[in-house]
Amino acid sequence: MNEYCPGTESEQAGKTSSCQGCPNQKICSSGATKAPDPAIAEIGAKMSTVKHKILVLSGKGGVGKSTFSAHLAHALASDGTKEVAVLDVDICGPSIPRIMGLEGEQVHQSGSGWSPVYVDDNLAVMSIGFLLSSPDDAVIWRGPKKNGMIKQFLRDVDWGDLDYLIVDTPPGTSDEHLSLIQYLSATHVDGAVIITTPQEVSLQDVRKEIRFCQKVKMPIIGVVENMSGFVCPSCKNTSQIFPPTSGGAERMCADLHLPLLGKVPLDPRIARSCDEGKSFLHEVPDSPAAEVYLSIVHSIQDYCSNRVTEEQSTT
Amino acid sequence: VAVGILDVDLCGPSIPHMLGVGRPDVHQCDSGWVPVYADAQKGLALMSIGFLLEDPDEAVVWRGPKKTAMIAQFVSDVAWGELDVLLVDTPPGTSDEHLAVLENLKKHRVDGAVLVTTPQAVSTGDVRREITFCKKTGVRILGIIENMSGFVCPHCSECSNIFSKGGGEELAKLTGSTFLGAVPLDPLLSGAMEEGADFIRSFPDSASFGAISTISRALLCDLEGA
Repeated sequence: MNEYCPGTESEQAGKTSSCQGCPNQKICSSGATKAPDPAIAEIGAKMSTVKHKILVLSGKGGVGKSTFSAHLAHALASDGTKEVAVLDVDICGPSIPRIMGLEGEQVHQSGSGWSPVYVDDNLAVMSIGFLLSSPDDAVIWRGPKKNGMIKQFLRDVDWGDLDYLIVDTPPGTSDEHLSLIQYLSATHVDGAVIITTPQEVSLQDVRKEIRFCQKVKMPIIGVVENMSGFVCPSCKNTSQIFPPTSGGAERMCADLHLPLLGKVPLDPRIARSCDEGKSFLHEVPDSPAAEVYLSIVHSIQDYCSNRVTEEQSTT
Repeated sequence: VAVGILDVDLCGPSIPHMLGVGRPDVHQCDSGWVPVYADAQKGLALMSIGFLLEDPDEAVVWRGPKKTAMIAQFVSDVAWGELDVLLVDTPPGTSDEHLAVLENLKKHRVDGAVLVTTPQAVSTGDVRREITFCKKTGVRILGIIENMSGFVCPHCSECSNIFSKGGGEELAKLTGSTFLGAVPLDPLLSGAMEEGADFIRSFPDSASFGAISTISRALLCDLEGA
């Protein structure tokens, strides 16, 4: 079984073995979908003022992608000279507004596009959460409509000049991910940070995500292992609540020759900060988890600036 | 009780690993695909895309329409046989997979949905939207389960609320749903899922066993009474 959708605009659209059984096969093979979407070039132009673009991915849900994305943004923005933004493309479960203390904020479209919501002068956020008027509103959309929203977010948000754009994604390898790759194809994406937890049940899905990145030629900056052990605040013993029975992210990274950026321990103060919309890097800067986070952020910053250096040395 | 599990998480199919069934081939019979059985007595039948993948590390990178078509096949073409309960495990969200399951089960009766959350607001915030999905699509909410609800240290018995506390029960109250119960974090449960071991049989004294048993009994009662 060929699991891969070739893409509606590919030469192979409608013609590969994996197209069999897809309800869109006739449309794709007729050639109707092959005209390049003008939005791709428009997005390419829009993104030219964004120095570094980082995707945060995972194969599995609930591993802490949004938590990571938000705190990566906070850490990068702690340098007041840097302009940072978070784009939340989890259309069905937009967590970023709450985690960044922006619940209830609303965004409106104007003639020049959308203005993002600002956490600080140099930290901006866009999420579908800002377009929903009630916390009970459900976004019950199929793929094509989700794709349209992502296109609008990339093309129509007035980010201004950015040093870093962090894109938070839902779990999986589906419409949102394919659309992101497609719409960002006319611009350079530094790479993806992949989030996992230690168990094989998570790694199983994360390996698929890694395969997806390799297939679409998305560089992988590295892997973060979240929920990596719990130190009891009372007796200080460590428990492996999510046991790394197959060697955790460490073994997976060794096997796949990927950098392990860090292992973040479980800390109840992380969940509490996220619920309160605060940065736990700011709330509990001395916690072991905060220290690991900062070291991960440094690795990501190094990766991004090395890329710039490489580019400069080849031009 | 004869149970079937239909795993419609096409991108991240975890059920086969958790039930320790390995990667058997799926065969056809006259009435369709034969499900994979997790036990010798054929009391627990499974279907998952995990069984159809040659390489378990290969990503299933499908857009909505193809996911919808696959789920339609799973619902109509699997020869489940006589079942008391069919459980459908879904990925997070309110999108193609969820709509596909409901559309294809429409002609049969959908008894309802069990919603799982963790205690913190970031999680219940999404589950509120899932509740709206159920109300809009006419799916009865059988109840809410609060998972990962506290961790009792095996060394000193101190309870830590790693993912906060109480959100599931609050959500149930807020939305007028039944609160089915709270299941604590349990390394024995996570470990069993890792090994594909029979948790219920192996760890009846574990932290989460009691909660899981109580919830299952309550659900069965509800389903039989309805």
